[in-house]
Amino acid sequence: MLPQTKSRIANPKSRAMLLAALYIAQEQYGWLSPEAIQRVADRLNLTPGQVHSTASFYTMFKLQPHGKYRIQICEGLSCYLVGGAEPIIEYITKRLNIIDGDASPNGKFTLEIVQCLAACDLAPAIKVNDELYGNISLERLDEFISKLSALD
Amino acid sequence: MFEPILTQNINRPDSEKISTYLANGGYEATRLALTKYSPEELIEMVKRSGLRGRGGAGFPAGIKWGFMPKDARLQKIVAVNTDEGEPGTFKDRQIVERDPHQVIEGVIIASYAVGASRAYVYIRGEFFLGVKRWIKAIADAYEHGFLGKNLLGTGYDLDISVHRGAGAYICGEETAMLESLEGKPGNPRLKPPYPAQIGLFGLPTLVHNIETLACIPHIVLRGAEWFANIGTTESKGPKIFSVSGHVNRPGNYELPLGTMLSDIIFEHAGGLRDNKMLKAIIPGGASTPVLTADQVETPMAFETLERAGSQLGTGGIIVMDETTCMVETARRITKFFVHESCGRCVPCRIGSLRLFEILERVEQGMGIPGDIERALYLSQNIDGRTFCPMGAALVNPARSTILKFREEYEYHIHEKKCAPNTN
Ligand SMILES: Cc1cc2nc3c(=O)[nH]c(=O)nc-3n(C[C@H](O)[C@H](O)[C@H](O)COP(=O)(O)O)c2cc1C
Ligand code: SF4
Ligand code: FES
Repeated sequence: MLPQTKSRIANPKSRAMLLAALYIAQEQYGWLSPEAIQRVADRLNLTPGQVHSTASFYTMFKLQPHGKYRIQICEGLSCYLVGGAEPIIEYITKRLNIIDGDASPNGKFTLEIVQCLAACDLAPAIKVNDELYGNISLERLDEFISKLSALD
Repeated sequence: MFEPILTQNINRPDSEKISTYLANGGYEATRLALTKYSPEELIEMVKRSGLRGRGGAGFPAGIKWGFMPKDARLQKIVAVNTDEGEPGTFKDRQIVERDPHQVIEGVIIASYAVGASRAYVYIRGEFFLGVKRWIKAIADAYEHGFLGKNLLGTGYDLDISVHRGAGAYICGEETAMLESLEGKPGNPRLKPPYPAQIGLFGLPTLVHNIETLACIPHIVLRGAEWFANIGTTESKGPKIFSVSGHVNRPGNYELPLGTMLSDIIFEHAGGLRDNKMLKAIIPGGASTPVLTADQVETPMAFETLERAGSQLGTGGIIVMDETTCMVETARRITKFFVHESCGRCVPCRIGSLRLFEILERVEQGMGIPGDIERALYLSQNIDGRTFCPMGAALVNPARSTILKFREEYEYHIHEKKCAPNTN
């Protein structure tokens, strides 16, 4: 049976597990490598193309390796209004020598410029991996980066 | 002083725990609904309450419940929208993180009323704490017999599971959310058919925002008439307003619909920072048209904001002071829409980008005469010509700032910089 025919008749409930499966694969592999995509496809009886088309739609699925610490900086309007966004982005870019979407030379940090984190009351807001931090100032950020840099 | 309803628990210690919830009368509404009322009576009650959706569109909830097919042999679904991503909105995050059980009650009662045996919670991928809180709350509700087989001995069964999104604003649009729940890219579906006819896995599906669902247990406990007595003629009940931007006390404020925008900004949110003057307000999340300072005496209700040329949207109020450049405001929000367009249709995918390019060059002092007209023409050709309502939303920032602050655009084009004292 062709993989396509196989997947067409597959239980739609199995496809519904795809986002959850991608999260697990990303956790295990660090990112969604072709190998990880293939594993997910095999598990859910889908084609790698189907898995890839879903994975590439969502910004939280990483089709490239990324740094250990993902620093997400909000550039939304509310964060910008109170002094966030560009000054913070500029600071991180210089300090870690990275640009949006890229990993730092030592592979430790990734910078992601993101839209509203639904924390505008805590603006300026950033996230480091899954943790949200509000009322960010350059001084606090500086401490933060130093702390993370000292960890391995 | 208005007594908070939806946020009455959130300042208690351990407000998210089921023990706290139960100690404060929790799950009484579920018990009442499942033992004292028939599904039809509940639908009638929600209709009489005048509750309208809090996810942005404001559709009457009871009417939507009534659209669900009555055939008991059909399996039906309730889908719970926790995908909050509209810039300037942060109420749903607070609700899930700090009082998830009232939403679960809303889900149970709504599911029972429309005959659904399965509910799916869709939560924004970035809400890491929210995901944890949802999962824990649901597990605890199962343990106490409020979910699962034979709820409270009534013979009614309901299962709920949590699905985590993965970073796409468009998945908040109800049909895109259904696609995402099915494991696909979040491209919106054509409507009709509406989800109440053909929804998740092809089954009739009732979709609600979590703030809408949070109102349900209170309506059941205190009655439709009590709820309908709060608010204005066309906008009933309490609403959580998220206030951010240039105010002294940004935060969520639960107030009756119809509360004056000026009261929210100057009393509740403590007025503007550094005693600056108010310049503009976005009243209902970044996709709603901007209001000028002299419109601050508008009641925050669906009908009054529509008359003022804007929308209640999500109730996310963004306050801007006299130093704010309106071209930059429009540019920044439009950039968001360029990023979040799902790419399915041309007017939105390409139109948003063209609009952004105009705004960006005007803001950077490289605008050319005719850019204002070009932006308006483009807006007109995007609005109403897209597959989903995103097109209508994405033109609002540019169009409304041009209509209300045209002289600032002209200043940028002629003087090649922001208007005096703004940036
Ligand atoms: C582009 C777009 C984004 C949306 N995002 C959300 C969202 O994040 N959360 C939400 O509840 N509704 C959102 N909606 C509205 C939903 O499509 C839907 O109307 C709502 O979930 C219905 O629930 P309600 O009747 O309780 O408001 C969005 C709509 C559009 C067009
Ligand atoms: S309007 Fe935009 S978001 Fe909606 S379907 Fe078209 S491209 Fe996608
Ligand atoms: S704009 Fe930054 S969190 Fe909302």
